[in-house]
Amino acid sequence: MAKIKTERNIWAGIKKYKVAYAYIAPFFILFAIFGIFPIAAGFYISFFRWDGISAMHFIGIENYLNLFKDTLFWKALGNTLIIGIIAHIPILLGGLALAYVLNSKLVKGENIFKTIYFMPMVTSSVAITIIFQNLFGNNYGLINYILSFFGEEAVNWLGGNGSLIKAAVMVMFAWKWIGWNMVIYLAGMQGISNDIYEAAKIDGAGHLRVLLSISIPLLKPIIVFTVIQSSIGMFNLFTEPFILTNSSWTGGQNNGGLTLMMYLLNKAPQGGTAYGYASAVAYVITVMIILISLGVYKVTGERETGKRRENK
Amino acid sequence: MTAFMILILAAAVMLIVIAKIIPGGKKFSMYFVLVCIAFIMLLPFYMMFVMSTHTTNEIYSFPPAVWFGRNLAVNFENMKAAVNIPRAFLNSCIITVSYTALVLLFCSMGGYAFAVYEFPGRKKLFAVLLATMMIPWTAGIIPWFIMMSKFGWINDFKALIIPGCANAFGIFWMRQYCRNNVPTSLVEAARIDGCSEWTIFFRVIAPILLPAYASLGIMQFVNVWNDFMQPLMILRKTELQTLPLLLKTMISDWGTDYGAMMLSSTCAVLPLLIAFLCASKFFMSGLTAGAIKE
Repeated sequence: MAKIKTERNIWAGIKKYKVAYAYIAPFFILFAIFGIFPIAAGFYISFFRWDGISAMHFIGIENYLNLFKDTLFWKALGNTLIIGIIAHIPILLGGLALAYVLNSKLVKGENIFKTIYFMPMVTSSVAITIIFQNLFGNNYGLINYILSFFGEEAVNWLGGNGSLIKAAVMVMFAWKWIGWNMVIYLAGMQGISNDIYEAAKIDGAGHLRVLLSISIPLLKPIIVFTVIQSSIGMFNLFTEPFILTNSSWTGGQNNGGLTLMMYLLNKAPQGGTAYGYASAVAYVITVMIILISLGVYKVTGERETGKRRENK
Repeated sequence: MTAFMILILAAAVMLIVIAKIIPGGKKFSMYFVLVCIAFIMLLPFYMMFVMSTHTTNEIYSFPPAVWFGRNLAVNFENMKAAVNIPRAFLNSCIITVSYTALVLLFCSMGGYAFAVYEFPGRKKLFAVLLATMMIPWTAGIIPWFIMMSKFGWINDFKALIIPGCANAFGIFWMRQYCRNNVPTSLVEAARIDGCSEWTIFFRVIAPILLPAYASLGIMQFVNVWNDFMQPLMILRKTELQTLPLLLKTMISDWGTDYGAMMLSSTCAVLPLLIAFLCASKFFMSGLTAGAIKE
């Protein structure tokens, strides 16, 4: 009897709140179809050889083995990591420093600077890359022209042995993200109570000291968030190097600008039809994104909980 | 390269010295750095405008042109002959506007439901929703594409609009907003007055959510408007191209006419840029809202 009654209660509850279920239904339905299903299917497909049309051949982990044997994959991984890691230095440190300066009330016109630094975020990456391709041009580019004032030889950024393509991509990555990081950090700093800064000043702390000992520790959750966001951005890096190397899919000279995402899309569906192999690549990228996110949380999160324990 | 590096280092040292020694020098150094960076941020935009007023020959000459030329009208004619900018603009608008509208509708409904109703399984379902935010979408990209082709959605805007239109982040974000800004007493009062649940949502709650709609709307709009990868995979017909895709076609097919190419880049960038400059505060808080409101 009791069991029937509770069951009835549950159904009564569900009936009573049927509007609420209707409100949240779109998300769960769409996520089941376009979220969970592709992710599960991707794992399944990665164990097959499949061109998308004919029958699928189960080949076990051969896709993964071939992937790890492919020097081009390692090249793409290396390029992605080099671009991502080096470009993180200016966007993190520069973003923090700029936010601190704008927050310090030493300069006026905070909103003008903020607006200018944020402009790249609302512009199409394709359009911006077309401009940068021109600025980085070998014979007629503005950057080489500026360098020539300092007696420098023309640098073949986008050609040569291909390694400088990465530098160009880094510049674009930093140019685009520094303002975004700065605005987020600035908002975070403005959330910190002024009393803390005042107290530190009375104690005789200089600006660097305040930034290192007060702002950064208090902003840690926000910094962690931006680092994870931009490292996901790093693994999805595609548009900039793709356009910069004239939509070549191979990343220009010596694959200097080949990124993981470009490698993946070139296997399928854009360049070829190796759907099984491409799924394996997608899964390897995913695992790396998860590992990096966990790593960032671990490095920063443990220290934070440690501090909280101390305080208690 | 070394001479240039040394020069930059020397400049940095100079600035620090000025800041330390001269009274008021700190301010000078700070402004100097801020203005230099602002200059670097603006330079590509400026060069884009400049180059769209020059002929290809002028762009490919040394030294590069740094002031406006007189070829804007010709470039405009060439661009009109080469690509259909109004059509691409319209395509971009259709995709972005319908996507954003759906996101706002579904996410505010979901967020409101999670914030206000005490329905059975609420906590568990919300935990599921949060967990889905952790999964990188890259994992499913290949099957997603196959699905789209099985649905016959290649060359169809639906593929770019429907899959993402009820996203977890938007619901989470709307829920936070509803929890802070929708008083339950208001919902109760409307219920006592005999409003149906749907009326309550559309007549009473939606107006309260307007600021949240604006922020979330801007965020989604900018991202979809500038998206390149998904349209590249889905839209393979010229007449369906969005603005970023049109630019890509211009490089590969019309790469010789740089003036016209720069002008079309300008056309692609300008609408959002103007909107941003008119309401920059609004855009910045909207775009970064997800990061700051934890």
